[in-house]
Amino acid sequence: MLNWTNFLSQLFNGLVLGALLALISSGLTIIYGTLGVLNLAHGAMFMLGGYAGYVAFQATGSFLVAVIAATLFMLVFGVLLERLIIRYFYDRPDEDQLLVTFGLSICIVETIRYFFSSMTKMVPPPSIFSGITSFGGVMFPTYRLALIGIVAVGLLALYLILYRTRLGLIVRAGIEDAVMVDSLGINVYRVFMVVFGIGAMAAGFAGIVNAPVVSLTPGMGETILVQTFVVVVIGGVGSFPGAVLGGLIAGEIISITSMINPAYSYIMLFAAMTLVLVLRPRGLFGKKGRE
Amino acid sequence: MLTAICLIAVPFVLPHIDAAPNTVNRILVWGLFGIGFDILFGYTGLLSFGQSAFYGTGGFVAAYLLTQAGFPYVILALIIGMVTAAFVGYLIGLLALRSTGIYFAMITVAIAEIFFFVEFNPLAAWTGGENGLPGVPTPTIYLGFTTIHFTGGWSLYPFLAFIYFIGIVLALRIVRSPVGAILTAIRENPLRAAAVGHNVQGYKLTAFVIAAAYAGIAGGLLGVMQAFMPPDAFMFDTSGQLVMQTAIGGRATLFGPLVGAGVWLFLQDFLQSTLGLGATWKLVLGVVFVLLVAFLRDGIIGGIRDLYGFVWSRFSSPAKTSEAVAENPAATNHEAIPMRPHHIVPTDFAGPILQVTGLTKHYGGVLANTDIDFSVNQGELRGIIGPNGAGKSTFFKMLTCEVQPSSGKIMFEGRDITGLGVTDVCQLGLTKSYQVNQLFNSLTVRQNLIISALAELRGKFRLDMLSSLSKVPGMDEHVEHTLELVNLTGRADTPVSELAYGEKRRLEVGLALASSPSLLLLDEPLAGMSPQERVETVKLLKSISRGRTMIIIDHDMDALFELAERITVLQEGRVLVEGTPDEIKGNAKVQEAYLGGVPEESKL
Repeated sequence: MLNWTNFLSQLFNGLVLGALLALISSGLTIIYGTLGVLNLAHGAMFMLGGYAGYVAFQATGSFLVAVIAATLFMLVFGVLLERLIIRYFYDRPDEDQLLVTFGLSICIVETIRYFFSSMTKMVPPPSIFSGITSFGGVMFPTYRLALIGIVAVGLLALYLILYRTRLGLIVRAGIEDAVMVDSLGINVYRVFMVVFGIGAMAAGFAGIVNAPVVSLTPGMGETILVQTFVVVVIGGVGSFPGAVLGGLIAGEIISITSMINPAYSYIMLFAAMTLVLVLRPRGLFGKKGRE
Repeated sequence: MLTAICLIAVPFVLPHIDAAPNTVNRILVWGLFGIGFDILFGYTGLLSFGQSAFYGTGGFVAAYLLTQAGFPYVILALIIGMVTAAFVGYLIGLLALRSTGIYFAMITVAIAEIFFFVEFNPLAAWTGGENGLPGVPTPTIYLGFTTIHFTGGWSLYPFLAFIYFIGIVLALRIVRSPVGAILTAIRENPLRAAAVGHNVQGYKLTAFVIAAAYAGIAGGLLGVMQAFMPPDAFMFDTSGQLVMQTAIGGRATLFGPLVGAGVWLFLQDFLQSTLGLGATWKLVLGVVFVLLVAFLRDGIIGGIRDLYGFVWSRFSSPAKTSEAVAENPAATNHEAIPMRPHHIVPTDFAGPILQVTGLTKHYGGVLANTDIDFSVNQGELRGIIGPNGAGKSTFFKMLTCEVQPSSGKIMFEGRDITGLGVTDVCQLGLTKSYQVNQLFNSLTVRQNLIISALAELRGKFRLDMLSSLSKVPGMDEHVEHTLELVNLTGRADTPVSELAYGEKRRLEVGLALASSPSLLLLDEPLAGMSPQERVETVKLLKSISRGRTMIIIDHDMDALFELAERITVLQEGRVLVEGTPDEIKGNAKVQEAYLGGVPEESKL
């Protein structure tokens, strides 16, 4: 009864989704870990990255330019957002931070809806990755294969930033204890700004590279946001490896359950989250640090 | 009462300003939905983005009974829907409340989304999937002599208004009950709420279930109102709209959600039709919302209240300040009567009140406490000193069971309390005043003490949600007595945020005292005080020590040598020596370890 070809292809789809979730969740988790702000606008940023890429693609016709433009745009957008709004909320209670980022996500989504309407928009895959590749008798859309590589590069870049640069060292120290880092004479607020920018950039990058797989709609960020939350809860808040592992787990759960019965994919995801919460309330890689 | 008048007045006033009855009815349903949410978010401080799950559950259970199952009683169906939602809320609450803050918010978002999928797919046969359930009937009440049919529009309004009225009256009673006071305390400082002896988890779950019940009945009414149960009741947007309406109207006001819903729906009508903005209205609303959160934290009602308070204080402030100044000096010198410890020690028990054997705590490789043996007799006043990092605070945390020891045993009044929680230990009569103030900051001095007294007088968990706070027997005298004891009677109705540091410090001790402990631990009660405050506090400590056993940690040796009967010296997590103040002063080991190298003054 179990169709192996089907299973392999779903396993593969799970890998694609998982890698993507890992990338988006990493952005969310390092922002939370460093700044202590849970960014409810993260899904909207994912969507915004897609649209920014769409605009760039319309203008130039080059997918590569679209990816670069969208990524840079989101970096700038994130930095501006932190400068203009988010920083005024560091000293306010958690609830206020949640409320303001929630409000911002609505503003972003509705602005996009205003300019682009609710109709779906498409960004075609670059021509070298179009078509279908046969892989041991299983057929895959070539772009999806490429997407794994692209997202892996994104994750690797994030890893290198976090673990191989001076900035990354400060960020990781900030996740452990932001006050201590501040008192060491490092300007934490500037680091916060950069981290928010990097987080937004990760979400935006994911948004544009995913655009050829799903069509763009203003509301697409919401589903992703919820899945990202589950990933972060499973992986542990503030943990980069947790986000990667959690993303892959969530991606596979959704894909493999979808093969059997799509209706249950979310229920299984929820069950996994419950299991983690019961056994390890702080997630797989969660630390005792920040409350 | 005012609410009732307003609700009755509405149908006579609003038609003249062109309000559609359906809009008014929708505002009522949202307002009712929001009452429960405000108790959860505004009062208890738990921001849930998952209320749509319970709204949908209550709505679909009621709608299913009334349409598919052929159940004839509308009101009963609504109640069944509400009970189901509350029960589901209980189960979800057990899971979601395992975590706090950010985790809680994320989990509720996930829960809402899962409920939406469940409704859409596996349960589509019962819920109609994406089509929802059409044909939900309206209620009919048979009064014996006549039958009232509530159909739609204005004729349904009295029915909804009546239910809203019941809802708001119940909610007002809840927030003014002991339970309501404790919920506020949990919002302000969950750690301290637990430490003074309240079952925080239980009360949080209570608030969660209340919110789910309100959501359930509101969901049922949505179906009745529209004669159709829409599947989008389950959508995340529903939760989002509720959160926004509550924040717009004003949190912790109960009426905020109603005001917010009114603003929301009228704005929607206005922007969409009058200004012809179409779908863009939501963008405008989003911007308004962000601005409100940024600049008017307590929403519209909060803004009005602040404005009113501002104007009012303008008129009356000169008289009031002079009065306060005149009042203060009167309260400085007095002799308080010691408050009897409430917990009577079992008569057959005559050993030491606290006996600790082999207590050890290590954090990874760091040994904070090693093999401490320690015992304190009934009525004793013990001092603990030791250089910074000697493990004094860790030792206290283990005694109050905030931190579990790695090994060892703690006996309190002959009972093994090792492994109990801080709440249970406080209920048994052992509590602590904190090194760093842990107060309920937005409450007044009196309200702070009430929170602590409630745990003492009502036990750690009790659901007296409908009785008034002022009816708790013995509370007034208990609170007054504690106020007097810590010399804060003149400041009883001052918010904590306006207290001077020394006063906050005394309130910190007062919070611990109000739970009538038979053993009171004080972690550096004199830290950070001015010399004069020290003198007063030492006097205060002397007066409360009568009839009570106390252990005090402090760096102020002179004060401790004056107060304590015996002193224990800790060094590097071990007991260095123990004895009377004179023995300790003359002890060579202590002088070497503690007083020796570093001059005493620089320690303080």
